Amino acid sequence: MIGTKTLTDNPVDLYLRADRMPHIWCSGCGVGPSVACFVKAIHRTGLDTDKIAIVSGIGCSGRVAGYVKVDSFHTTHGRAIPFATGLALANPELKVVVFSGDGDLAAIGGNHLIHAARRNIDMTVICYNNFNYGMTGGQLGPTTPLEAKSTTSPYGNCDPPFNLPHLVAACGASYVSRWTVIHPRQLEKSMAEALTKPGFTFVEVLGPCPTTYGRMNKLGRGVDELRAYQERCVVSNGVDPRDAEIGLNGPILVGNFVDLSRPTFWDHCVKIFGRAQKK
Amino acid sequence: MKLWRKPFDFHEQATAPSKVVLNKDRCKGCEYCVVFCPTKALVMSTEMNAKGYLIPVELPDGKCLGCGLCEAICPDFALWIVPLEAAQKGE
Ligand code: SF4
Ligand code: SF4
Ligand code: SF4
Repeated sequence: MIGTKTLTDNPVDLYLRADRMPHIWCSGCGVGPSVACFVKAIHRTGLDTDKIAIVSGIGCSGRVAGYVKVDSFHTTHGRAIPFATGLALANPELKVVVFSGDGDLAAIGGNHLIHAARRNIDMTVICYNNFNYGMTGGQLGPTTPLEAKSTTSPYGNCDPPFNLPHLVAACGASYVSRWTVIHPRQLEKSMAEALTKPGFTFVEVLGPCPTTYGRMNKLGRGVDELRAYQERCVVSNGVDPRDAEIGLNGPILVGNFVDLSRPTFWDHCVKIFGRAQKK
Repeated sequence: MKLWRKPFDFHEQATAPSKVVLNKDRCKGCEYCVVFCPTKALVMSTEMNAKGYLIPVELPDGKCLGCGLCEAICPDFALWIVPLEAAQKGE
């Protein structure tokens, strides 16, 4: 819980640019609750907000950088991770967070995602997955489930999607989890763990997108979509992320999947350049 | 309520009856708070805010237990809870 509660201000406003509210997200969009969990996670870890930087790409969740009251940057499409890598290497004291969407991180930025995980760069990536490109009108993306409809797959999607936790875990991420916005407490705790762990940490957040994905797939209003998450999710901490594929229907495995220690890119740099300098 | 064993995270989880505070201008009428409240302490009203969304209202019988779920899942940072004691003091 953040600070003392008052009748005039929402406690999370301490970490938000309240003058920009109401935000641009649609009624019932899941990005809002994931941001609330994120700022509560920052509060929980006690990190100094002057030492946190948030980088977002393009998309609905790309707007997060503009609403959280810490140093932030809204980069070009897909390039949030390379920008964040530069920040993390130029100032290793900084806690660098990438908060972006599935389309930005896994499609156009997919190559950066796998290599940042492989190099175990010290950053936290929070990926808001709404299964399509929401901002541009609901096109098919690399996370759209097989058979799901989108504006560019009106008869159903023919491409098998990425299973993001499995992808980043296979590339070498130190911490991987997946939660939905109807699991706010678990999500907040998981984000706090990701923020405090060294190395590449990845949290996938599933949430409703009633305006495009929900409408195309006849999922009803935001409340119906959220209730569907509540019913479909199976909490499976520690399960092999390989088994956590998401279909159009059927169970969705959520939980903290991977938590391991591996030397970070910076650790290797210090070791190897230090040795070279001695020579 | 008598607990046979005190949970380890009791200090975090303990709730107190609360008042729900709404920032009318932020609400977009998604109904998450109304539908997911475990005690059904809120209902949708017929009042519209400046943007034309119907907004929720707390029922007068004070059923809110202060679990905080509505506050956590509100997509618009529009509502939060204040423990009744503090609210009555007008803080
Ligand atoms: S299009 Fe979807 S993801 Fe984007 S703001 Fe609207 S509901 Fe949210
Ligand atoms: S959850 Fe928030 S935005 Fe939705 S109806 Fe309730 S107060 Fe309004
Ligand atoms: S705090 Fe819990 S009990 Fe109170 S209104 Fe919100 S959801 Fe209902």
